[in-house]
Amino acid sequence: MSRAARIPRLEAAAAVTLGLALTLVFFYAPIDADQGFVQKIFYLHVPLAIVTLGGFLAGGVLAALCLGTGDREWDLRSYVAIHLSLILSLPVLATGAIWARAAWGHWWVWSEPTLVSFLIVFLLFCCYQPLRFAIEDPELQARAASVFAVLGGAFVPLNFIAVRLAQPLTHPRVLSATGGAMPGAMRLTFLVSLAAMLLVFLSLFRLEAARKAAARELKRIRRERHARAAVA
Amino acid sequence: MPALPLHEAGAYVAAAYAVFATVLMAYVAIMSRHVSRVRREVADLRDELAHDREE
Repeated sequence: MSRAARIPRLEAAAAVTLGLALTLVFFYAPIDADQGFVQKIFYLHVPLAIVTLGGFLAGGVLAALCLGTGDREWDLRSYVAIHLSLILSLPVLATGAIWARAAWGHWWVWSEPTLVSFLIVFLLFCCYQPLRFAIEDPELQARAASVFAVLGGAFVPLNFIAVRLAQPLTHPRVLSATGGAMPGAMRLTFLVSLAAMLLVFLSLFRLEAARKAAARELKRIRRERHARAAVA
Repeated sequence: MPALPLHEAGAYVAAAYAVFATVLMAYVAIMSRHVSRVRREVADLRDELAHDREE
């Protein structure tokens, strides 16, 4: 099957899974005994945060492949993963703040390591784009951006471990051996929501990577054509 | 904090999901505009190449 024919399937799977996740969230998952209806934000906020951090990590891995092979295609993929993760970080921060306001009475708690660590990762990767586009030479741009992405990507799991070791304050720890002590219906809803976010991310990743590759190829053909015209 | 009543909690939940939907739709809209531009550029390039061949 051609690559072009696979893209709509992935998008369709993302749309169906997202629809299923929303149905489970609002019609299947029980109302949380402690937080009430506001806990429904959990099924959006947590999967989105996991996928976003995974995207930053993937950006680092893809950048390492670029440095290892010297193939700029890996750099393009790394850039797209980081670019998408940065965009999805905005709803993570916004939904987190909304949930915090509803559950704790504050939009933001500076003493909570989970919140601050995510903000640090977000701000770190915000520096990636200016660094990347400050360099005009494509080869040097790919190398410098890849080094940054590898270091930033390595920071994500280190950050995660540091947060785990820190004293939890108000933010609950979801990814634990007990699965955050979630009952079966809640866990199923959470896993479907996580799969939906992952598929949304992958769909956007493929589309964005294909678009950027096409734009780059167009630019290359135009450059070659102008060079040939100048010689003639 | 005690659980919020449904009418109050509903506004927060709606706001959170609306933020996500807005960001997603805005991103898709921007991307589709970029795809249209690439398609237009491909069509222009095709015309230019055809013109070159004629010359």
